[in-house]
Amino acid sequence: MQAHSGHWPIWAGFLLRWMALLSSCLIFVWFPVTRDVPWANLLLLGIAAALVLMGVRRACAPERPRRATSAGVAMCGGFVCATVMLARRLLASHRAPQMGQKAPDFRLSETHGTPVSLAELLAAPVKGRVPKGVLLVFYAGAW
Amino acid sequence: MRPVAISVDAPESSRTLCQKAGDTSTLLADPHAGVMRRYDLVHAGAGIKGQDSARPGECWVDVSGTVRGVNLTDNSWVRARPDQMLAGAQALR
Repeated sequence: MQAHSGHWPIWAGFLLRWMALLSSCLIFVWFPVTRDVPWANLLLLGIAAALVLMGVRRACAPERPRRATSAGVAMCGGFVCATVMLARRLLASHRAPQMGQKAPDFRLSETHGTPVSLAELLAAPVKGRVPKGVLLVFYAGAW
Repeated sequence: MRPVAISVDAPESSRTLCQKAGDTSTLLADPHAGVMRRYDLVHAGAGIKGQDSARPGECWVDVSGTVRGVNLTDNSWVRARPDQMLAGAQALR
């Protein structure tokens, strides 16, 4: 029992990591001060990482049994893998336009609310010259 | 080549962003992700309050409206590198 009580930093860090990730979309996203710059999430993630690191160091101490060391390393590895995997959860875009196909036309509002189509963007001059084309950049948005 | 950025942000939100950054690029609002859906570039539930938003993606279109290059990634953290941007621009010539 005494040996197990020494693992609390790893478990606390692991739980805090999930709280930091979940609170981003459940709580902090509702407030501009924590949404525009996610300092609260980064702070929680930093504390979580410190706790996991502290737990791993404690688990690697010479008086700890080898099993505790392995558990600490496995938890740390899981921490990194889970974080990376969450960021890589994009599905394949099989129906995205391919080279040689016609780009689907659209009509969207620019920053002053004026609707503009892809055809108009391709025809309108840039600095007095007809552009060679258009680079469409899709991005998640300001948040 | 004219760069055009598309997101689910409202026009006024993008206008504020441009003013803060001193950016003169064309930013378009696709608040209901309709165009993103047509281009199959929706990142479901990834936007603010669980709304759909765009996955990172770049598409080069020449004056005839033909796609001359597409850059997609399976990682939401990854964007096109400068050399990929330049290569795409070269393909329009």
